[in-house]
Amino acid sequence: MAAMTPTPVDRGPAVDVRDLTVRFGEFVAVDGVSFTVPTGSVLGLLGPNGAGKTTIVRVLATLLPATSGTAGIFGHDVRRDPHAVREVIGVTGQYASVDEELTARENLLIFARLLRYTRAGARRRCDELLEEFALSDAADRALKNFSGGMRRRLDLATSLIAEPPLIFLDEPTTGLDPRTRQQMWATVRRLVDGGSTVVLTTQYLEEADQLADNIVVIDHGRVVAEGSADHLKSSVGTGTLRLVLRDGAERATAGSVMEQLAGHQVEIDSDGSLAVPVNDASLVTDVLIGLRDKGIEVDDVGVHKPTLDEVFFQLTGNREDTV
Amino acid sequence: MTEATAQTRTQYRQRHLPSRRPTVSGTAAASLTLAARGLLKVRHNPFLLFDVVALPVVLTAMFAGIFGGAIAGSVGNYLPDLVPGVLVQVAVTATVNTGVQLCDDVDRGVFDRFRSMPIARIAPLIGALTADVVRYVVAAVMVVVVGLVMGYRPDSWPGLLLGCLLVIYTAFALSWVFAFLGVRMPSAPAVQGASMFVLMPMTFVSNALVPTAHMPSWIKWLADINPVSHLVTAVRQLANEGTLGVDILWSLVGATLIMLVMAPIAVRAYIRKT
Repeated sequence: MAAMTPTPVDRGPAVDVRDLTVRFGEFVAVDGVSFTVPTGSVLGLLGPNGAGKTTIVRVLATLLPATSGTAGIFGHDVRRDPHAVREVIGVTGQYASVDEELTARENLLIFARLLRYTRAGARRRCDELLEEFALSDAADRALKNFSGGMRRRLDLATSLIAEPPLIFLDEPTTGLDPRTRQQMWATVRRLVDGGSTVVLTTQYLEEADQLADNIVVIDHGRVVAEGSADHLKSSVGTGTLRLVLRDGAERATAGSVMEQLAGHQVEIDSDGSLAVPVNDASLVTDVLIGLRDKGIEVDDVGVHKPTLDEVFFQLTGNREDTV
Repeated sequence: MTEATAQTRTQYRQRHLPSRRPTVSGTAAASLTLAARGLLKVRHNPFLLFDVVALPVVLTAMFAGIFGGAIAGSVGNYLPDLVPGVLVQVAVTATVNTGVQLCDDVDRGVFDRFRSMPIARIAPLIGALTADVVRYVVAAVMVVVVGLVMGYRPDSWPGLLLGCLLVIYTAFALSWVFAFLGVRMPSAPAVQGASMFVLMPMTFVSNALVPTAHMPSWIKWLADINPVSHLVTAVRQLANEGTLGVDILWSLVGATLIMLVMAPIAVRAYIRKT
């Protein structure tokens, strides 16, 4: 890297967002959002499409000015000192922002040169990254022939050229198959082990659960919940036990057994199945044993994990509003 | 790279944040890198050069064949008028590419990546315009080569060279207009369509291909004030007579004015684009 001017920076959080608001005309995309991200941790911004996650990331990445409020990156205000912020962030967007016509290596080389690597330095760094992201074999093929997963990997590799201490990942696994998603998760974990701070947006509860130390749930531009994955999950219950009885006439008896053991009210669905929230997986066994003791036979049993929708319904408490 | 060194480097960068604004030399270096990017794209997809390689061949041969006998008595007599005309026509039309490429970048998220990097915001714009100058050079060379093959012999070689430089300069100035359109318009095809709508009449309602003397009076009036006509006349004077006419001055002033007005507007639109 070329010589850089050292500037002392306050110790403190990697990201500090206070009362951030972004308006597009009448539409309020982000509405008074505040959160902090301690250095070295992973923050998951969780929310449905259109919740304002990407808008928040765009403000933090100096791509969009906030209407009001402040956002600091390692103590640098994104508005007053965008140049300093750009030196320490890497951004991977929802859509792979790389050149289709060029090869993977050429893409990396161009961005490395832009980041003031020397010719030789850029080549070395590109080889490292191609190796690290398992793209060495495809390095000299045009991107047109790349799979979605390879494109994402290249996009992420491009963000990591200068080893930025803070990385924004905007929906890093949307549209990827499960195996590629796992690989992406492993990569993110490796980054964090290397000391990076990561802010990722996702629509998947599971993804936030797997990666994030802290989760901020966003809906309609507001923070509706905040905390660790465990904290959020315990607030909505871990799942729903759903049973189909062999003999529908036993529904009432079965219902009372379930209510007693699970400690929640049983709902009877239109198809006649019984559903009860369970906070602990071992309760499922208890319920099944309890039913067998009463001689009630079960045709089908399933444990249904809460979907993001259910988390939202619970967190916002207003079904109409969140759909 | 081991994890330990990654961590040390990360810590180093956190402690020593460079907050320097991009320098002039840094901006120049970034712009050159981005110009190289534009040219690399051409290398992978040579069809991007279609309008500056194939078009000059087709236009020169076609117009020489169609108009040569009628206007100048023979193809050979027509070439001294036609080569400067096609030269201007091809270069002016090629400027649309700047807008189309920029619009494409903005559409595909590459734009966001550039803007989140510690480089001058204007660098991608300058890079694109610089890469396009290479296209104009290719266009000029192609027209002259095709002309020579068909039997064109300029009276003044230095004059022809100066004429080519004048055309390239004008094309560069004009490409700021399309850079602005590229930033402001919603899609690349829209830029292409709108640009051709303006450029087609501008290049044809001129003295580029036929003398304006026999045109109906209103068209003649338009053709005579058309900046394209002045540029064509300037190049003809340089190449065929080796003289510096007043049209050269008009062309230089016109191109410079366009650039002085459009460059700041285009830069502003580009930097403010979110």
